Amino acid sequence: MSSSARAASGVQLFRFAAPAEFYRLAGKLVPWFAAVAAVLGVVGLYIGFFAAPTDAQQGESYRIIFIHVPAAWMAMFLYVVMAFWAGVGLVFNTRLSAMLACAIAPTGALMAFIALWTGALWGRPTWGAYWVWDARLTSTLILLFLYCGFIALHSAIDDVRRADKASAVLALVGVINVPIIYFSVQWWNTLHQGSSIKPGGSSIAGIMVTGMLLMVFAFWTYAIAAVLHRARSVVLEREQRNAWAQETVAKRA
Amino acid sequence: MIAAVGQVVRRDLLLAVRQRADVVNTLLFFAVVVTLAPLGVGPEPNTLRTIAPGVVWVAALLASILSLNRLFAHDFADGTLEQLLLTREPLAAIVLGKVAAHWLVTGLPITAMAVPLGVMFDLSREQTATLVLALLFGTPALSLLGAIGAALTLGLRGGGVLVSLLVLPLNVPILIFGAGAVEAVAGGLSPQAHLLLLAALSLVTSVLAPWAIAAALRISLE
Repeated sequence: MSSSARAASGVQLFRFAAPAEFYRLAGKLVPWFAAVAAVLGVVGLYIGFFAAPTDAQQGESYRIIFIHVPAAWMAMFLYVVMAFWAGVGLVFNTRLSAMLACAIAPTGALMAFIALWTGALWGRPTWGAYWVWDARLTSTLILLFLYCGFIALHSAIDDVRRADKASAVLALVGVINVPIIYFSVQWWNTLHQGSSIKPGGSSIAGIMVTGMLLMVFAFWTYAIAAVLHRARSVVLEREQRNAWAQETVAKRA
Repeated sequence: MIAAVGQVVRRDLLLAVRQRADVVNTLLFFAVVVTLAPLGVGPEPNTLRTIAPGVVWVAALLASILSLNRLFAHDFADGTLEQLLLTREPLAAIVLGKVAAHWLVTGLPITAMAVPLGVMFDLSREQTATLVLALLFGTPALSLLGAIGAALTLGLRGGGVLVSLLVLPLNVPILIFGAGAVEAVAGGLSPQAHLLLLAALSLVTSVLAPWAIAAALRISLE
């Protein structure tokens, strides 16, 4: 590829940083990602709930990990993505980045909540309690609080530009803190009790891996679809004074 | 630059001395919260000995956060903060001075108060000494992290509750290591690792947090 062509394709990509262009692009992408998420989710859940063998130690209850593990991964990963876009918005003063960060936060919080909820349901038959102060549970709970803090700060500030910047600083402070919190909580837990509570053996059957991977991709595509869909609403809301946004809304109505 | 920081510290300390009630109220709040724990849990000495480090640390966290309002709000209201932003000196340094002054009038007295509280909770001499050291090493980080929240929520309605929501999760590691140090002594272990980690956290936050506070103040005063 010649340098001019590369530059041209770069310009092509940056075109979508304009809210109007992004709105159109996201509108085209959302149905595809949603459809892929639905298909992968159905197949993954079928494998997880029916095709995968029963676990020797935990019986049927282990099957919830097909939802639990992808949700926990997404919860952690989305926080980093959110902080990344918030940071980009803070440094380059791009409007769309901040809108994306805003759109990611509720999905991330939802993922953390699902991880906690399914973890509690799994813990009851396995550990005998809905909640134990295990390192991972506790750090996921704190992650949920961090998401809530981000959302709360953003909604407490009326001026949207200031809200974007302030919550971006918070997200960046949080992303530095997350590993520290994670390791300190882990240490806190291991100081109190040995490794009596650990998920069953590490070797899992191939079909389980397949189901897990499918569910992970299903959560990925769901998160992308949900975030893009929410970002479209955020874009419309913030661009309400612009002609294109008003035309779009008028056309829809 | 150092002279400017010194001036900021001196000014904030002077203000604290002139408005003694603010400082004293924070310390009283700390004592009251700690007193509530035995009333809620029961006077059983063994239980109290176990929960004492956690209770003192949680109370220190709350006292430090509730006093954060004082850090920027008054200067914001009377316009001093804008003048500070306009000076030639780096804002991060000025902010560090303000946080240092805040720590001198909250973190340090709280640390000193841990001695009688340790006695009241029937902690051993080593445990009390460790608690004091842990507070000494850990409270600077509380002030620094809290200042980020205070700067972000400057001038917002419902700021106090919001600051707690933003800052308390970030303070988790300090709470864990602070209370862990005392528990290590109770279990016959050396608290050295906990104390060193606390000191490390305070040092790292004292390097990084001022930039975040400065950025947050610029955003809030835009």
